[in-house]
Amino acid sequence: MSAPEAILELHHIEKSYAPKRWLSRGETLRAVDGVSLSVRKGETLGIVGESGCGKSTIGQIASLMLRPTGGSVVFKGEELVPGRRSPRDSRRSRIQYVFQDPYSSLNPRFTIGRLLEEPLAIRKKGTRRERRREVLRMLSRIGLDPAYADRYPHELSGGQRQRVGIARALMPSPELLVLDEPVSALDVSVQAQILNLLKDLQAERSLTYLFISHDLNVVHYMSDRVAVMYLGRIVELAEVGELYDGPLHPYTRALVDAIPDEPGTTPREAEIIEGELPDPRQLAGGCAFRARCPFAHERCGRQPLLEEVKPGHYVACHLLEPDRD
Amino acid sequence: MVGAKPSGGETVLEVRDLRLELSAKDGARLPVLEEVSLKVGRGEIVGIVGESGCGKSVLSLSVLGLLPPSIRVAGGGIYNGERKELHRLGEKSLQRIRGKEIAMIFQDPMTSLNPGMTVGKQVAEAIRLHTGASKREAEEKTVGLFRKVGLPRPETLYHEYPHRLSGGMRQRVMIAMAVSCQPDLLIADEPTTALDVTIQAQILKLMKTLREEDGTSILLISHDLGLISGVCDRIAVMYAGRIVEEGAAAEVLRHPAHPYTAGLLASLALPSKKGTRLHSIPGSVPALRERGPGCAFASRCPYAADRCLAEKPALRGVAGSAFPRSAACHLLGEEGGLANVGS
Repeated sequence: MSAPEAILELHHIEKSYAPKRWLSRGETLRAVDGVSLSVRKGETLGIVGESGCGKSTIGQIASLMLRPTGGSVVFKGEELVPGRRSPRDSRRSRIQYVFQDPYSSLNPRFTIGRLLEEPLAIRKKGTRRERRREVLRMLSRIGLDPAYADRYPHELSGGQRQRVGIARALMPSPELLVLDEPVSALDVSVQAQILNLLKDLQAERSLTYLFISHDLNVVHYMSDRVAVMYLGRIVELAEVGELYDGPLHPYTRALVDAIPDEPGTTPREAEIIEGELPDPRQLAGGCAFRARCPFAHERCGRQPLLEEVKPGHYVACHLLEPDRD
Repeated sequence: MVGAKPSGGETVLEVRDLRLELSAKDGARLPVLEEVSLKVGRGEIVGIVGESGCGKSVLSLSVLGLLPPSIRVAGGGIYNGERKELHRLGEKSLQRIRGKEIAMIFQDPMTSLNPGMTVGKQVAEAIRLHTGASKREAEEKTVGLFRKVGLPRPETLYHEYPHRLSGGMRQRVMIAMAVSCQPDLLIADEPTTALDVTIQAQILKLMKTLREEDGTSILLISHDLGLISGVCDRIAVMYAGRIVEEGAAAEVLRHPAHPYTAGLLASLALPSKKGTRLHSIPGSVPALRERGPGCAFASRCPYAADRCLAEKPALRGVAGSAFPRSAACHLLGEEGGLANVGS
């Protein structure tokens, strides 16, 4: 599924955690199980899923912070070895990561100025004075007064801190940003400020975003294409409008049905799906959604593959397999 | 739910002109809540919506007498259905009310359960304490409650410890415990915030069922306007320690009267706004010490006038509305005010 304009490709990524000796029942946890994904230059690819589905693991692998147990990460045609890294590796600075929690992801003992200068300083870019100028320019770009350069993170509100988190990721001039729940910790009125800022920055700097969130409305708003994950696998991937208006995988349908009605509109008659995510260590093989799926069938004992059912629309479900047999 | 009876029936909770003060370390007295009035009728689901720091949680804690020692009731009062003054009760009397008349569930079901005791025992214990039921009766009742709140295999689950349960299941256990003594009022403080989307929908549906089957009144506290709008009969929007707007949920959401409510609605990243720029409220909520003499929202309000900076607006009725509703804004003048703010 690689397109010529792909900036980042993930090939058959796997990440499993071996059981620890103590207190474990000895099963391997497969956090990500064979995910292939191709991110196109300039787009926002959203990844949605419930907690434990592996969406953050994918983000960390894509930004080379975590080494997968299998598969490869290809950035602009060049294979990168995740996990084995040098901070000065210029390719690595092309992909940056924005954390969910703007409280714990900023060193409380650094001033904002130093936090922003650090990504340049460790790469020995420019003189001190030049770096300082860059920092001040960045601060005003993200909507903070340059005077904030001398303040500490605790003096900032949540929204201001998240601006700093985004600014820090932008300092090494990346081409791709991995945004892992960037607005989930913020108040609604501040969320909109940050989402607008991200949109503006993307347009100005031709950035590509990998946008990870559990919030279906936020992902809908931000993304061009959306991948839905369930227990370590992609179950559906399509252009955003097509996915939300005509979800094909039963799990995607359940998610879309669970979106609250828009305030002030007439409530829809939506089915609410029963059951919860099973323990990923105790999957019996086959489709992971089988236990909650209203259409489960014997065939579902086999793992369905992600297949293109319409141009650009991929689904992993036996119900939608073209009739071959 | 639209079409629910407007209040006027029996009241299970009334908060009147409540003022809470925080004693700061430097001796300053800071108002956490000011002039908060609220009524919850029998069988009603009332939502309190607001962003962090608006005072919604402290309001719910004050109802159960669970305020931290640094915060005290400095004016007004809290009354239950029998017009008992809850804010004047001692710890002993409050204990009889908590759980039995008014029960509460919290955001994080993990820290609210005892990790060293099976979930069934915890619920049964609460039942025995409040009703004096025998061990057998309490156990049977617990299993019945587990079934009612939609827990799978209730008999087996009775003997499980909290860590073996998922977040959604733990929240169901908390709800089972909360409704075990048929309280008049259930206070739910962000009950679905820690849960996944599909589970959120399940829990909200359960709340509606409890109201329909047992007539339980529910005070639902949330930061998420979009989420609770479908469940509540009435909504009170809080900002910086005050209720700024209150009324029938559908009305408030369709025609917000206060600029803050309008701004909040407009900033939601709803599907219908795809491709447009989101409205955002500039700035952030003023800190406790930064609240001036005027309207707390004035610094972020696109319509703020001189009067807004000088004088706090009182909550007053909004004209031309089918259900009783009110808002605290100077702009809602005699002529009916800003009907289409924010749209």
